[in-house]
Amino acid sequence: MTTTTTPDKQGIGTRFLSLARTDAHVTRLVVILLALLVMFAAIRPGNFANSYTWISMAVSFPEFGLMALGVMVCMVTGGIDLSVVGIANLSSIIAAMVMLALAPGGSGTAIGAAIAIALVVGALAGILNGILVAVVKIPAILATLGTLELFIGISIVLTAGSPISGLPPEYSALMAARLGGVLPMQFVVFLVAVALVALIMGRTTFGTKIYMLGTNATSAKFSGLNSVSLLIRTYLFSGILSAMAGLVMLANYNSAKADYGVVYTLLTVLIVVLGGVNPNGGSGRLIGVVLAIVILQILSSGLNLFPEISNFYRDLIWGGVLLLVIATSEITARNPFKRKQKEVS
Amino acid sequence: MAEENVIAVRGLTKSFAGVKALDGIDLEIRAGEIHCLAGENGSGKSTLIKIISGVYQPDSGTIEMGGRVHHKLTPIEAIGNGVQVIYQDFSVFPNLTVMENLALTTELADKRRLVNWRRFRKIAEEAVSKINFKVDLDAVVGDLSVADKQLVAISRALMSDTKLIIMDEPTTALTNKEVEALFRVILDLQSRGIAIMFVSHKLGEVFEISERFTILRNGKQVITTVPDELNEKKFAEYMTGRDFEETAFTGDDSIGEPVLEASGLTLGNAFSDVSFTLHKGEILGITGLLGSGRTELALSLFGVFPAESGTIRVGGEQVRINSIADAIGHGIAYVPEDRLTEGLALERSIGDNIIISEIDRLSGPLNLADKRKQREAVDRWVSELKIATRNPNNPVNTLSGGNQQRVVLAKWLATEPDVLILNGPTVGVDIGSKAEIHRILTELAAAGMGIIVISDDIGELKQTCGRVLLLKEGRIDGEVDPRTQTEEELSDMITGGPLEVGTN
Repeated sequence: MTTTTTPDKQGIGTRFLSLARTDAHVTRLVVILLALLVMFAAIRPGNFANSYTWISMAVSFPEFGLMALGVMVCMVTGGIDLSVVGIANLSSIIAAMVMLALAPGGSGTAIGAAIAIALVVGALAGILNGILVAVVKIPAILATLGTLELFIGISIVLTAGSPISGLPPEYSALMAARLGGVLPMQFVVFLVAVALVALIMGRTTFGTKIYMLGTNATSAKFSGLNSVSLLIRTYLFSGILSAMAGLVMLANYNSAKADYGVVYTLLTVLIVVLGGVNPNGGSGRLIGVVLAIVILQILSSGLNLFPEISNFYRDLIWGGVLLLVIATSEITARNPFKRKQKEVS
Repeated sequence: MAEENVIAVRGLTKSFAGVKALDGIDLEIRAGEIHCLAGENGSGKSTLIKIISGVYQPDSGTIEMGGRVHHKLTPIEAIGNGVQVIYQDFSVFPNLTVMENLALTTELADKRRLVNWRRFRKIAEEAVSKINFKVDLDAVVGDLSVADKQLVAISRALMSDTKLIIMDEPTTALTNKEVEALFRVILDLQSRGIAIMFVSHKLGEVFEISERFTILRNGKQVITTVPDELNEKKFAEYMTGRDFEETAFTGDDSIGEPVLEASGLTLGNAFSDVSFTLHKGEILGITGLLGSGRTELALSLFGVFPAESGTIRVGGEQVRINSIADAIGHGIAYVPEDRLTEGLALERSIGDNIIISEIDRLSGPLNLADKRKQREAVDRWVSELKIATRNPNNPVNTLSGGNQQRVVLAKWLATEPDVLILNGPTVGVDIGSKAEIHRILTELAAAGMGIIVISDDIGELKQTCGRVLLLKEGRIDGEVDPRTQTEEELSDMITGGPLEVGTN
């Protein structure tokens, strides 16, 4: 990394670069991001300069970005949350039903209540996941795969499989608002969530504890940590983040349906691993995950600019990128996906 | 003893990134010799073994083997010359049976593609018969005892034409009885002209049968000598370069009121009717063989396996300890047996590991971590326990065993316990750190803490404890004052008899 690539944005820029220098994986992600931007700018300078391109990205990526943050916190504990899409759709469906029931014409309180109820639904779904993982002790991958089906099933029953539309226009107006005339509401929601995750993971005792728990569950137990409570709270947090994603989807599609965004289940796992979170738990940085989210969105939007490349190639390219990043990590000595072997001296 | 050498290294030197790991080592091992290679962690023992076994290549120096002078070896050449290494983890496949473990190497070496179970069995039977090892060939190796796993590894090492077996800390995890059995096997191998090299950092464990000692310190060869020239004190001096006085805990009998009283504690078939009293300022030893219930008793006092019956009093008040949180709440701390899996989150920072049990008291409103308080606590413990690190934000796995153990100790001292239980406090810890940990324990006791040391290290018990309880098959079998007993007497009490292996 050179030190002069971002002459503007001094404060964040310098801190960011010093981080990039200490963490090889973050460096790698930054390099990939810059390479993508340069390619983008060189091949489609018109679109690159157009603010519309960036705004439409900022509207769409929070959908899976928020879910990926949920998957990340779970993966730090050594678990995973595969039910994020199910939680998102269930909470958006319930939010839509509440809005329509309370005030089809729309009213501030009805929308506020719907948002609050959606977040509560997300939290309850997360608590269910947490209980299955921590108390019933089902491996997280199975427990959340099961609840994914469960939540989708409930959603189908509630909606009879068809989309709920005809939402009050106030809701779409609220989400279509631009903060400072520029930042889309969806992006603002994402920023709030990132700030929340940063605060909880980096600044609270809860964050330190779940990193400990993910690194070595036995030693965490022997240190007196209550893993049941920690895990339930982790999955609860993931549920709330998923519900936020559901509210963003509700606005983006102006409707709610049981099977919106089903491809996000695996995409979010891919993002989190790409972001450098160890699937065995215990390590992973928020900055890496955020970079991975942005990289995948730019890749995806970039592809849309090439009508000659069919959308059918998207999965192929994403899969290729994931394997490339993990493979380059394998080659370099500091592989974040592997536990360090203890040197015998 | 003018027999031929199976191996002779001369002037061996090896550097890593400019640091000399080995500096001019000369070592000869004669056929049928039992040779002990000793040194602290980081002294270069492992590097030397890895050069002899062909894993590393020396920067300079030669290795004479099989009548030829080598400047470097490959692993295949080393094996071809009859060198076999048995590492601490024995490198056996735990998920395979004894037979498969033994036959696999031969089958692979013969480049066979199909499995012939009859031939497998024959190869395996031959291998175990060489050391009269009675074992069920169809048993899964992971289910065997440590001692039996080791014998599987030895049998496997003997399958080729072996001249030298190098064993890395072979007796650490064995009971005295198992050590006896191992020594018998080794003396038998010796009589057949096979040389054995023990690698160790404890004198006691292989002193019985080693014929010569080579001691390394910081990559240099300090001395090669015979056991008659050595005693515990000299050995420690050679290893550390420092002069150690055996400062036994004086145990001034001014111990205070009881802090922990157990009465009639019983748990399944782990232990039964255990009663004792721990006083303020006292270091109480608990010893016994593996499986005597010593670890289960400690875990029970710490709330991991709550006792089924009996009572526990802390500070005179009867309490229930049904969880680790209960134990911590009553001021009980536990330094576990295996610090790597139970004591530390190796990839997390030294600081986080120190404060983790104490973290809730170092936080502000909304559970927000008070970074300043945390930092102060970390700095305090790092300096108080002399943890050798420049930056406590580094992961714990950058530290040596002794310093890691201090981190575990710091974690528990930070909770300001009244009762500190240590299970094997100095297992795998170098001699310098060991003395330091003993000094810390003595100081803590002097400051009024009640300490329980669970250990089978006789020297350690003698040096730290005022009283030692002897556990046998889950029951307290006696109480001794270690200061009035010799090491041999204590050892015999634990094992129920003196070692029956003749040195020749």
